[in-house]
Amino acid sequence: METALVPYEDAVKRYDPVIGIEVHVELSTKSKMFCGAENTAGGEPNTHVTEVCLGLPGTLPVLNRTALEYAIRLGLALNCTIAPSCRFARKNYFYPDIPKNYQTSQSDEPIASDGYVDVILDDGETFRVPIERAHMEEDAGKNTHIGGDDGRIHGALYSLVDYNRAGVPLVEIVTRPIEGAGDRAPEVARKYVETLRDIARAIDVSEARMERGQVRADVNLSLRPTPESPLGTRTETKNVNSFRAIESAVRYEVSRHAAVLDSGQPVFQETRHFHEEDGSTSPGRAKSDADDYRYFPEPDLVPVAPDPAWVEEIRAGLPEMPAQRRARLHKAWGYTDAEMRDVVNAGALDLIDATTASGVTAAAARKWWMGELSRIAKQGDVALDQLNVTPQQIGELQGLIDAGTINDKIGRQVLDGVLAGEGDPVAVVDKRGLKVVSDDGALLEAVTAALAAEPDVVDKVKAGNMGPVGAIIGAVMKATKGQADAKRVRELILEQING
Amino acid sequence: MSTITRDELVHVARLAAIDLTEAETDQFATELNVILEAVARVNTIVTPDVPATSHPLPMTNVLRDDVVIPSIPLDEIEAGAIAFEDGKFLVPQILGEE
Repeated sequence: METALVPYEDAVKRYDPVIGIEVHVELSTKSKMFCGAENTAGGEPNTHVTEVCLGLPGTLPVLNRTALEYAIRLGLALNCTIAPSCRFARKNYFYPDIPKNYQTSQSDEPIASDGYVDVILDDGETFRVPIERAHMEEDAGKNTHIGGDDGRIHGALYSLVDYNRAGVPLVEIVTRPIEGAGDRAPEVARKYVETLRDIARAIDVSEARMERGQVRADVNLSLRPTPESPLGTRTETKNVNSFRAIESAVRYEVSRHAAVLDSGQPVFQETRHFHEEDGSTSPGRAKSDADDYRYFPEPDLVPVAPDPAWVEEIRAGLPEMPAQRRARLHKAWGYTDAEMRDVVNAGALDLIDATTASGVTAAAARKWWMGELSRIAKQGDVALDQLNVTPQQIGELQGLIDAGTINDKIGRQVLDGVLAGEGDPVAVVDKRGLKVVSDDGALLEAVTAALAAEPDVVDKVKAGNMGPVGAIIGAVMKATKGQADAKRVRELILEQING
Repeated sequence: MSTITRDELVHVARLAAIDLTEAETDQFATELNVILEAVARVNTIVTPDVPATSHPLPMTNVLRDDVVIPSIPLDEIEAGAIAFEDGKFLVPQILGEE
């Protein structure tokens, strides 16, 4: 029987939460970690397998050089020390998703250790998460349980196993206890995993799509009365598979732990399962001697001792990290903190960066992506980067406006044409005949007609009341189907009135 | 000197999913202790400057290029499997786990 929950705000007033997060990142190598089977998602079951990843007798694993390079790159990006020498170890357990009855992993000799990740929180504040280690290991296969309720093990008659994922290279990143987050622990947890995702993508070692299981998180939580108290007993919530779920899982466990502690009971150290539908967790198995994995050095693989020169070469090739890039762009673009946050949350950072690279001001780029294009994306329920328009096309479009070839209003029509697949902005302008009318003869005719229709305007303007000029400009724009250069129209109107 | 008790032996056997009879338990406890004695003797001559060995050959960095090779054909996999269904290995129900 579960104890009632303590409201989150109340719980964090009386207890100090400490979190710890384990994240598995799938590396996007072409082949698996220890054999040449294709490393790819999907496909028919058991069609990306070799004797090695099926664990057949007499086979020997050989480490993928690219997987090692990606692990080192990731370790360096997490500010870790790369081990001068390290070994693989066998993690022994009996479960059919592991055909060898052990997972090839690393135990006390990880490839990378002692690093940190700077996480930018929603309000722009930076929080440093300490990294204990990042180690290499192979992924397991996938079980499907047949005959039980909704595919769960409980009540299943038998299971079916697909080994396509077995042997896919992973890096498991383990934090030290993350202290000092206080009531922002759920946000820190979510932002930390988002940051790992961004880093993995920036350094091109993983597509890092959480919805595809390329990033998987286990979230540990414990409470203590004050930040000075020793760490409390922790629970580990397994396979929390979305960013929102990470935040929910931490919140829920904070409320639950607080209730257990309030009642004077001890928290059980156990694994818990997260439930997406209501954001709750439920007990899995208790930590027991079944967790004694009897690690020992893997005799089938020789030690890995990366050449320091190679490590330095990898370090030198690291791109700018996402947090630094964001700070640099924020400064260069001159956006307010709120504007920058909206841009990041809308996924418009790369798009605006590429748009400004084509010569457009940051303000204009932001106006397009956060204005008209965001509206269109929202209407179509698609991400900004899935719209049928490139930053280069936006650059070209703004260029046409800046040159006075078209105006803002026509610009939106041109954008419609681009989105409809009619080609680049210049081509759309030509095809649709959308050039601004800057031929004074045609404009003058429209101005004269508009003034004739509103004779009192002339007197008002002559008397110093400029208000009605806008109405005349509007009439001219209407007559020219929006293709007039508004600035020139205004000039012509004033010339006409003032002689 | 380290020795293994009967209880420890039963525990290790359970972790390794090995069923032992009473007679086997007694037999292996005795035999394992002979091995542990031998290891203890080796430990008396090991000094901290001797690194632990996990591999008999003085080799490091045996690596392969990231090149894809063909998968084993599905019919061959099925032919070698004890039970197979819908392209997947069929295994008995998994108990005591979630």
